[in-house]
Amino acid sequence: MGNAELERVYFDNAATTPVRDEVLEEMLPYFRERYGNPSSLYSIAGESKKAVETARERLANALNAEPGEIYFTSGGTESDNWAIAGTAERAAGKGRHLITSAIEHHGILNVFKKLEKNGFEVTYLPVDAEGLVSPEELEKAIRPDTILISVMYANNEIGTVQPIDDLAGIAAARGVPFHTDAVQAAGHIPIDLKKTKADMLSLSAHKFNGPKGVGALFIRKGKPLEPFLLGGHQEKGRRPGTENVPGIVGLGKAAALAVAEMPEESARLAALRDRLIDGILGGIPHTRLNGSRTKRLPGNVSVAFEFIEGESLLLLLDMKNICASSGSACTSGSLDPSHVLLAIGLPHEKAHGSLRLTLGRYNTADEAEYVLRELPPLVARLRDMSPLYKAGVKTMI
Amino acid sequence: MYSDKVMDHFTNPRNVGELEAAADVGVGLVGNAKCGDIMKVFLKIDDGIVTDAKFKTFGCGAAVATSSMATEMVKGHTLREALQITNKAVAEALDGLPPIKVHCSLLAEQALHAALWDYAEKNGIEIEGLESPAADLEELERLGEEE
Ligand SMILES: Cc1ncc(COP(=O)(O)O)c(C=O)c1O
Repeated sequence: MGNAELERVYFDNAATTPVRDEVLEEMLPYFRERYGNPSSLYSIAGESKKAVETARERLANALNAEPGEIYFTSGGTESDNWAIAGTAERAAGKGRHLITSAIEHHGILNVFKKLEKNGFEVTYLPVDAEGLVSPEELEKAIRPDTILISVMYANNEIGTVQPIDDLAGIAAARGVPFHTDAVQAAGHIPIDLKKTKADMLSLSAHKFNGPKGVGALFIRKGKPLEPFLLGGHQEKGRRPGTENVPGIVGLGKAAALAVAEMPEESARLAALRDRLIDGILGGIPHTRLNGSRTKRLPGNVSVAFEFIEGESLLLLLDMKNICASSGSACTSGSLDPSHVLLAIGLPHEKAHGSLRLTLGRYNTADEAEYVLRELPPLVARLRDMSPLYKAGVKTMI
Repeated sequence: MYSDKVMDHFTNPRNVGELEAAADVGVGLVGNAKCGDIMKVFLKIDDGIVTDAKFKTFGCGAAVATSSMATEMVKGHTLREALQITNKAVAEALDGLPPIKVHCSLLAEQALHAALWDYAEKNGIEIEGLESPAADLEELERLGEEE
């Protein structure tokens, strides 16, 4: 294919993914033909009810959980909010101390921020240079009044996968409820809730080729959790609201497909990822990898280019039809770069120069090669414009 | 999110580069790597007129575009006229900036002022209405040396 421009290279699969054809097909009848409310008594309602229960079974199988432990929600944010706020409300009488990590998604962090305003105390566990939470640090942070620990399964920006079995095991041994935000992990790396002692786990369909606006919270059997939304009897009274039947059907199908294809697909993505990481680090000086080389999501590439700013790189990439994301402030609307990049020890100026490429099931080796060809001249172009660059070249010679 | 003008000045920035240090060249360095924007503006001044302008910028698309536009606008003007180039004028010349990017145009105005200030200091003159730039110079210098 030579040097031809590609029509569009979508390397932002951690932001969202396209819905798979097979998923959309299963969803479609539930918009117009089988539109019944699962709570009603007539037969099309029964079809909807059955579809929701089939999805619940599929998702439970994908996580090695029980169907009764799956609660459908409107997505990752709601699941995260519910797990934390619901636990805090329930257990406030027992204690007011909570533990999380410094690199959580805002769907988690902002709940903790609000709880802090309401008199709770939160410990933010630091991470090391690779973005890993230390089990020993967690052990030390637990107090008699600790009522919840929430540590994400895998990070959305730098792709670091936490030692979640160890962390959940410590929480279980100390009798503290453990939640994990698995929004980036689910459908991409194996999750086994018989083995991992998490009490709650959040996931979201649109991160693994399912539809947007639907997710789930796993709540281990017998574990208490205050409802977050108040209303009807749906989801055993724990999550009211008429079910998003097509979305739930899509979630179940996407989860089943992702898990069935995971061994092959994750190996394919990891190879593409490594080709990109090696090509970028080898081809562009003054560049570092963000996150861990080995404890990493199969589709995540995150690098920091010195002397340049991420948004301007994204604009240039967009002109080459490459969709990517950055940890720079300019894309988030604040002046501070990503809290994740700062937490792994990047100084502000380097955090501003970060680029995230996240791969998914429709990406190809050709696309990776295209990006490896197009990226170096764009970085060079911005560096030529940068007042910080000359000094850097001097030290190289 | 950006106007066509902003994209034009970002993708084909005018006046990228540096001018060699000389008595008739004023250099302004403003911004702060913490916030992700640093602008360095060079103005060459002959007989009270800005005859050449160059810049180097570390920053987002709007930072590059405002640097490019500000250096375009200042050329050919007297020192007094150069002072009148406000952030609003730069933003308007670019057909507007998204609200969160308005600080970039402020930075461009400050960079021009800092370069004029540097020129005035070097040449022992005063430019009426010009105030000492309030850039975070210490940090900029630290960055320059560190790398
Ligand atoms: C780690 C993580 N948690 C939570 C969310 C929020 O998920 P949703 O978009 O489904 O609300 C995201 C995605 O943006 C995420 O990456």
